[in-house]
Amino acid sequence: MISLNKENILLLLSQIPDPEIPVITITELGVIRDVLFNADEIEIKITPTYSGCPAMKQMEDDIKSTLKKNGFEKIKLTTVYSPPWTTDWLSAEAKEKLRAYGIAPPEHSTQDKSWLSGKHKTVHCPRCKSSHTKLISQFGSTACKALYQCKDCLEPFDYFKCI
Amino acid sequence: MNKELFKYTLRLADNALVLGQRLSEWTGHGPFLEEDLALTNIALDTFGTATSLLEYASRVEGADRNEDSLAYFRNEREFYNTLLVEQANGDYAKTIVRQVLVDAFNVLLYTELSKSKDETLSGIAQKAIKEVTYHYRHTSSWVIRFGDGTEESNKKAQEALNELWRFTGELFEMDEVEEELIKKGIAVDLKALQPKWEKQIDELLKKAILKKPENSFMQTGGKKGIHTEHLGFLLAEMQTLPRMLPNAKW
Repeated sequence: MISLNKENILLLLSQIPDPEIPVITITELGVIRDVLFNADEIEIKITPTYSGCPAMKQMEDDIKSTLKKNGFEKIKLTTVYSPPWTTDWLSAEAKEKLRAYGIAPPEHSTQDKSWLSGKHKTVHCPRCKSSHTKLISQFGSTACKALYQCKDCLEPFDYFKCI
Repeated sequence: MNKELFKYTLRLADNALVLGQRLSEWTGHGPFLEEDLALTNIALDTFGTATSLLEYASRVEGADRNEDSLAYFRNEREFYNTLLVEQANGDYAKTIVRQVLVDAFNVLLYTELSKSKDETLSGIAQKAIKEVTYHYRHTSSWVIRFGDGTEESNKKAQEALNELWRFTGELFEMDEVEEELIKKGIAVDLKALQPKWEKQIDELLKKAILKKPENSFMQTGGKKGIHTEHLGFLLAEMQTLPRMLPNAKW
């Protein structure tokens, strides 16, 4: 039995891949906010990436089954909304993994609010690194992505929206 | 149970739920693939907000109803959404005009609600504001393309605006539920949002070369459960399966 401390639990959780983007883990995604040890249960605080992201339910099931497999029976999952999830929580390594997988990672910090007024930032092609790209659609295959195309290598690609 | 908080949360939730259901009617029917994706993605965010709010409403109520029973087992008169969000989709211009009017309102609403003393409502609002801002960016760009597009697209957008304008007054209506909760620092003062909303819509319509309709008689009733003929049909479609098989699990 693995001893009961936060680091060990986080280590277990860091082995769970994101259900939609399996190259990054749920801890790299930043949805795990805290691990608490209550009287007879482990409480995991998670925050949704997008309000309606269907992958959240899958993540909850994966967290429960991973912890159960490691001998932890009583698990409570609590959803926290504040502070809201942001792409700023993606680590540099996670961004690099996204790029290698063919998804352009968020290009800038959300502290820069100019995108809200429709100002477009340059998005680099994850294949050929060209900055010569165009927005095809503000909405893509999942809630967290927009669709771009590279004008040099012509590859259409997903861009992880900055929120 | 805090009756005011329950009703206030239900009103917020129902606006999101009914609008999400309307938008999802476009699934597979969008004018082209990217717009089909856009509307269904917006619907998904909207349903997400509705789920969080309904889940909170069920906790506030403290009875044996959860978010699903609140969505599927209430009747028309027990829904408190504004009339605007239940209006039929019509053509694409009408859907987009309805959406931009709501998105502009939601950006202001959730900005204020994120300052609420109620931690859960504030948290849900902080989450939602990022999403509705993104939606507004999309729908406002379409309104400009329609208005400043061809004669036909301008005509369709203008007709949609003229038809829907009568439902916009209700967005800012308040009663004893809001007044009670404003005193406690929980609810948003909707009256204070109105000038900001009008200014934003004015600027958008100017860019889109569309005429702002006259503020004449405004339709109201939704917040009290009195709806237009459209809501019953929407609920019939949304609720039919859970009502047919009440304990089904999948």
